[in-house]
Formats: sequence, structure tokens, C-alpha cells
Amino acid sequence: MSEAGTSTTRAARDHARAQAGTAAEAMPILPAGSWPEPPEGVDPAALTWAETIAGGGYASKVLARGTTLRLTDVEGDACAHLLLWNADQPWERLNVADTVKVPWQAYLGAGHPLLSDQGRALATIVADSSGRHDALCGTTSLAGNRERYGDGSPQGPSPAGRELQLLAALKHGLGPRDIPPGVSFFQGVRVDAEGALRFEGSAGAGTAVELRTEMPAIAILANVPHPLDPRVDYTATTLEVLAWRGDPTGPEDALWSSSPELERAFLNTKDYCDARGIR
Amino acid sequence: MNPTSAKGVSVDPTLGTIPAGEVVLDQLVAARAPWSAIVTAGDRLSIVDLGGNQAVDCILYSAADTSERYSAPDTIAAQGRIFLTTGSVLRSNRGNPLMTVIADECGNHDTLGGACSKESNTLRYGHHTKHQHACVENFLREGARHGLGKRDLVSNINWYMNVPVEEDGMLGIVDGISKPGLTVTLRAEVDTLVLVSNCPQINNPCNGFDPSPVRMVVTRP
Repeated sequence: MSEAGTSTTRAARDHARAQAGTAAEAMPILPAGSWPEPPEGVDPAALTWAETIAGGGYASKVLARGTTLRLTDVEGDACAHLLLWNADQPWERLNVADTVKVPWQAYLGAGHPLLSDQGRALATIVADSSGRHDALCGTTSLAGNRERYGDGSPQGPSPAGRELQLLAALKHGLGPRDIPPGVSFFQGVRVDAEGALRFEGSAGAGTAVELRTEMPAIAILANVPHPLDPRVDYTATTLEVLAWRGDPTGPEDALWSSSPELERAFLNTKDYCDARGIR
Repeated sequence: MNPTSAKGVSVDPTLGTIPAGEVVLDQLVAARAPWSAIVTAGDRLSIVDLGGNQAVDCILYSAADTSERYSAPDTIAAQGRIFLTTGSVLRSNRGNPLMTVIADECGNHDTLGGACSKESNTLRYGHHTKHQHACVENFLREGARHGLGKRDLVSNINWYMNVPVEEDGMLGIVDGISKPGLTVTLRAEVDTLVLVSNCPQINNPCNGFDPSPVRMVVTRP
């Protein structure tokens, strides 16, 4: 029997309720507007998501079009594996091949769109103080983590990214067939002239990436070590997630016409949203 | 009469370097057309570029459970290199080997560029290309014959397609390095459903601006 006493339903209820107000290192803050340090210039009332995700953890949210999603690598060893789906029709989803091919650019950074398979921008990267990201290597698998760390199960000490993505996807009614290759932020990878990959790791503590959702989107974040991370120990530190309401990219934004490919992606996106009745 | 490219250029359908063994299947894929087959574990699939400089878009599925499929990122991360050639293990989304490249006369195949689609063509070239045939159309139609749908399409392999990445990250589809008759041969490590689009793209150099037929041969050692 525990000290608080849980042998009766009443005592068990008291015991459960006494936990309220406990602070954990990784947790959501509700309402999001009560987050203690809202970003400069952002009305706390506009915050729609405030959560910290520990290394080996995941979280997801359905975000309105025009939301800014800010990911912060608090201690310098987060790796935010991101997947996106059109919230209205999740068979439309992030397409990493189009995301690097259409902008003629393999490396993610400010101004880069995250494109769907339907020629539309699910999101755009609007700010980036890290510059260490990856659109080539995806995330880790159960088998791979078993080999690397001895375990890759979600309940174990070294969860694989794909296992966490699958759990999150299942909660949105999605399954294994719905999970495409994804992108990751805060651990850089570069390609040399022979096509060989070079792991560059983190840019250090405190860097952040801001994305803007251009369509209503299901966003899944898994915070796990990058597949090329050479360290023997499973190393992943806290990822901070903040989101706030705003407007999608419009023709008045410099980003809209920053390239002919991106301008047509915005036109396709607006065309879909207009027809679908999404503001 | 020999088969021809989209622009009517004749190709020799007997070209190719085919491994010794019993021929299980020997088929011609017309220019711009889809193709699929289940290759039994241990069998070899040879893909012959009959006209030269012809991209062959390809996705692999475990025939026993098609939710296990080719994964570009798992393949790239495991081999530490973006290009495919002899020795490359084509891995699934669970990290398992589906097929292995056992012979390659071209030397360099793409893992990054994905498939052309009507939708992405509008971004890359303009809305005038919306009604041109594209690889995703081939994948969807051929995949449907096997119970696959939109959700089953993932980043694919582009046999014979040349996509360099520059130092600053700029990448693009450039002139191919393949020639008529060059062959790449894959060994199936498990029973593998091979889904192919013989790329119909005419707006970039991936098919030399003239899509041409390819030859698919399955042999059993």
C-alpha cells in the first residue's frame, strides 16, 4: 500500500487528484497562452500549442492554415522528425522528393517549402537560426535501433522514430501505409561530390526553426537521434514546440514570388483552399 | 518490326547483358507505359535501357505484406551515399533488404528525384504541363492491379536518371550517362512486387526528351 493510501476508491481518487500541478520536464502547457515566455511580438492569446518533448518522445497537433510552428532545440541535441498531412484528406501528404526537386535544393532552410504530392505547399520554412537539417535520411527504424542501441520499441530506453511516428499517426486514424519519408531539423547532413553523406550534427543550444502551415495540416513530431548520429549512446535532448495563429503566405509577402516554382505552389495551394472553402 | 521511342526512333529489343539461368520472364515495356511483376526471392531482375538515357521509375514492395515497401531514406542512410550502383542494398521502411544491385553497367542511379506527376509538373514547368502523362499516373494505375492506392506511393528509385547534388545543395536532373543496351540487375532478397513507370517526362533531360522502351528480364540461377 502506498503512503497516501489507495485502498479505497475515495482514497485512490484523492491520490490521483493530488498529482495535479506537478511540473514535468516534458509536458504540454494548457491553455497554450499561459506559456511563461511567449515569443516577442506574439499575443499570448494567439498561442495554440505549447509543449516540450523529451528525447525519445513525440507529439502531434492538427494546425490551422496560417499557423506559425516554432521548434526550438533547447539544449542543442534535439532532432525534430516532422511529418505533415493535409488534415482534410490525409492521402495528400509531405513528399520529400518534390520538396527537394521542385526548389532545385536538397538542403532545408528559410524560404524552403514543404511540398505535398499534389503540387501544393503544406508548409514553408520562414525562419531558421540552425541551418543543420536533413531531407535525405528520414528517421530510425525498430530494427536499426535494436542493432544500434539494443532496443527501438516505444516503451524502451531508445525508441525508434518510425515507431513513434506510427503511434502518432494511428491516433489520427492513419496507419503504416500513410507514413511517407520525412524531414528532420537540428542535426545536419551534407552530400559530397561523390554522393557520400556527411553528418554535421547540431548547431548548438537555443537554435530555432519557424514553419508556417499553408494548409490545414496534421503535424507529427518525433524527437529522436538522427539515423546517422555516430554517438554510441542514444542522445536526444528536449524539443520545445510553440505554435500561434496567423495568416498564410499571401501575394504581398516576399516569399510568394521568391521563385517561379514557389509562386506556382502558392497558387495551387490557394486554388485548393478557395475551392474547398478554407480561408 | 522493332519497337520505337515516343518520337518513332527504332530500338533493338534484344539488347542487354542478361545473367545466365532459366528465363522466367522477358518483356518489353513500351515508351511511357507502366509495368509490374512479382520477383521471387533469389531470382534476378535485369532492367535494360534499350534507347539510352531513359529513366525507369521503380518502387518495391514486400509481396507478403505491401505495407513494407522500398524506403529511400533507409536505403540512403544505411549505405551512407545517395547514389545506387553494384552492391547497393534496397531497403524497406523497416530497414530490411528487399533487393540488392548485383550488376550495373551504368554506375549511378538516383534516389532523390522521385516521380514526375501532373501536379508537380505544374510547379516545375508551368500549368501548361498539367495534362501531360506522368509517372504517378502509371504507378497509380498499375499499383491498383495489386490492391495498392495513393497511400502506397513513396519516394522511388530512378534507374538511369542522373541527379547530382552541388556543394551548396543545388540539385537537378541533368543529361543522363546511360547508353543503349546498358543493364542493371537486381537480386530479390524476398518475394518482391516491382512497380515500374517507364518515365514519360518530356520537359527535362531524364529521357533525352524522347521516352523509349525498356526490357525487363527475370532469370533464375
